[in-house]
Amino acid sequence: MDGILLGLETALQPGNILICLLGVTLGTAVGVLPGIGPTATVALLLPITFEFDPVASLIMLAGIYYGAQYGGSTTAILLNLPGESSSVVTALDGHQMAKQGRAGPALATAALGSFFAGTVATVVLAMFAPPLADLALKFGPADFFSIVVLGLIASIALASGSTVKALAMIVLGLLLGTIGQDQFTGVPRFTFGVRELYGGLDFVSLAVGLFGLAEIIRNLESRHSTELVTRKVQGLWLTRDDFRRIRMPVLRGTALGSALGVLPGGGHVLASFTSYSLEKKLSKEPKKFGTGVIEGVAAPESANNAAAQTSFIPLLSLGLPTHPVMALLVGAFIIQGITPGPNVINDEPELVWGLIASMWVGNLLLVLLNLPLIGIWVRMLTVPYNVLFPAIIAFASIGCYSIGLNAWDVFAIAGAGLLGYFLIRWGCEAAPLLLGFVLGPLLEENLRRAMIISRGDPSVFVTRPISASLLLLAAIIIVVAVLPSVRKKREVVFQGEDD
Amino acid sequence: MSTDTGVGNGAGHSPAPFRPDLLAGGSFIALGLAFAIGGARYDVGSALRMGSGYVPIALGGTLVVLGALVVVMAFRGGDPAIRDVERPPVPWRRAGLLVAAILFFGFTVEGLGLAPTLLVTTFLAALAAPEVKPVRAALTAAGITALCLVVFVALLQLKLPLLGDWLGG
Repeated sequence: MDGILLGLETALQPGNILICLLGVTLGTAVGVLPGIGPTATVALLLPITFEFDPVASLIMLAGIYYGAQYGGSTTAILLNLPGESSSVVTALDGHQMAKQGRAGPALATAALGSFFAGTVATVVLAMFAPPLADLALKFGPADFFSIVVLGLIASIALASGSTVKALAMIVLGLLLGTIGQDQFTGVPRFTFGVRELYGGLDFVSLAVGLFGLAEIIRNLESRHSTELVTRKVQGLWLTRDDFRRIRMPVLRGTALGSALGVLPGGGHVLASFTSYSLEKKLSKEPKKFGTGVIEGVAAPESANNAAAQTSFIPLLSLGLPTHPVMALLVGAFIIQGITPGPNVINDEPELVWGLIASMWVGNLLLVLLNLPLIGIWVRMLTVPYNVLFPAIIAFASIGCYSIGLNAWDVFAIAGAGLLGYFLIRWGCEAAPLLLGFVLGPLLEENLRRAMIISRGDPSVFVTRPISASLLLLAAIIIVVAVLPSVRKKREVVFQGEDD
Repeated sequence: MSTDTGVGNGAGHSPAPFRPDLLAGGSFIALGLAFAIGGARYDVGSALRMGSGYVPIALGGTLVVLGALVVVMAFRGGDPAIRDVERPPVPWRRAGLLVAAILFFGFTVEGLGLAPTLLVTTFLAALAAPEVKPVRAALTAAGITALCLVVFVALLQLKLPLLGDWLGG
């Protein structure tokens, strides 16, 4: 628990509280805008954080992430426009509550449930990340190769569509990751003699293109401008009866989310869906779900937030991102000169524990500040889309350009946006591609190292026990994902997400 | 490509291939080939000492195989996840305006400076809005440019020149 104390000491410095507050506020402000999910929000605001020192910049980034999630829930509840798949479930009952004039309690439930879940999951994170990192220090290159493979394969669970397409997107991401100088030989690959590409494609540009520009083009498919109708939010407070009803769903959602969030492959989507169906099963009146019951907001929001927190465990202990936002954080670590992996927690204790503690501070700030400020966020919702999307284009261009003053980072937004738009249109999801892109260099490095150590004998991947069990797990996931009976079940879990 | 809205009729004797899968699979095959062929120009090496070309060739080959599987799926009734989803026509003009706006920014921000570049970029982007008049787009552009200058130059103090060399700034 020394770590937590060090973390609190770091996170509670006035300057860092202020940074966290700034992150949470910015994240909510952008995340609440319709059509901008948490991933796009983090990608758009990422360049701003590079202005600060490593600790402050990661604290701000975590704040942006929580703010964006909270903002996303607000949009899902008030407008029935979930920003990403994990808040789809929140919209089911949350929006019905809003229609019945109970938007306030729905938002308060989301915030309080998230805060409770975040608090518990932070403790889980502090307990499990260090031992896992110690374990990972014993990993050889072959084991690391296998764990990256497992992480990538598991991200298929995150894609709701075809398994083959998800695999293809992973491989395409890995290939895009090979652009730039080869880390072993220094040979520039696929750069066409353009010096600016020696450092590789910029991952912020790729994320902004895939999750920002592609989404804008998709929204512009409709010929007419749509008017968004917003309602006034009043009466935030929960009644005593509400409190009684959300108590158990919040507890169960937190437990489920904490466990599922650790899974490589973005357990938080699964967590919110599973906790919703669990509450529905346990409820005495399952038919009422979908008509605006408060349990239907409390459980998935807690599960989602708990999972978001514990998904930091593989990131901080293994350097393995399990979700596009985590992939963006890996990029942020690298830009700050920190190589994510099992060493980080020992080499940079102040940074890691400060980050963990500031997640809790960030959640607290969300409850304390954002609930009273809800009126302002609702007003953000009324910004017309015709003004919003040119502003996003401008912010994205300035942001990506300002990181390295490199025009190619701006061109990459356009390329990634078009690629993403068409591939998403053809049923291929963007998240596996981004994970592949971020993990590609790690995968190649460890593959080549492992082969040198084993003197070119590929059996090293199946004779080392850790590596073999990880690869076996990956194989099981693939088999399970293509089995027809499981496919059907998965479609049920993901139903309603695609429309 | 604008005809990819066609929905495969799974019931017919010889069902037409599902176009989105055909296009997706075709893109994967083309991209996989491009990386594999490009990778072959570098030192390939051996399994013991992999050269720069080894991994791109292996991954490119894998992508070709996966792309072929997607094409096969197109002839077998198509991807069930998107088969029955309605796809509106591709907004070519609007997408083109957005891409032009971003490319313009990349090409001119150094030479023209931030302020004039932003004005043009946001104007082009604003023109992509549904039912928008040029005057309205210009007003939107002016407003966003002012906002960006306040946020990025005044508040965040990014070291980007407002006027570039081309304008003697």
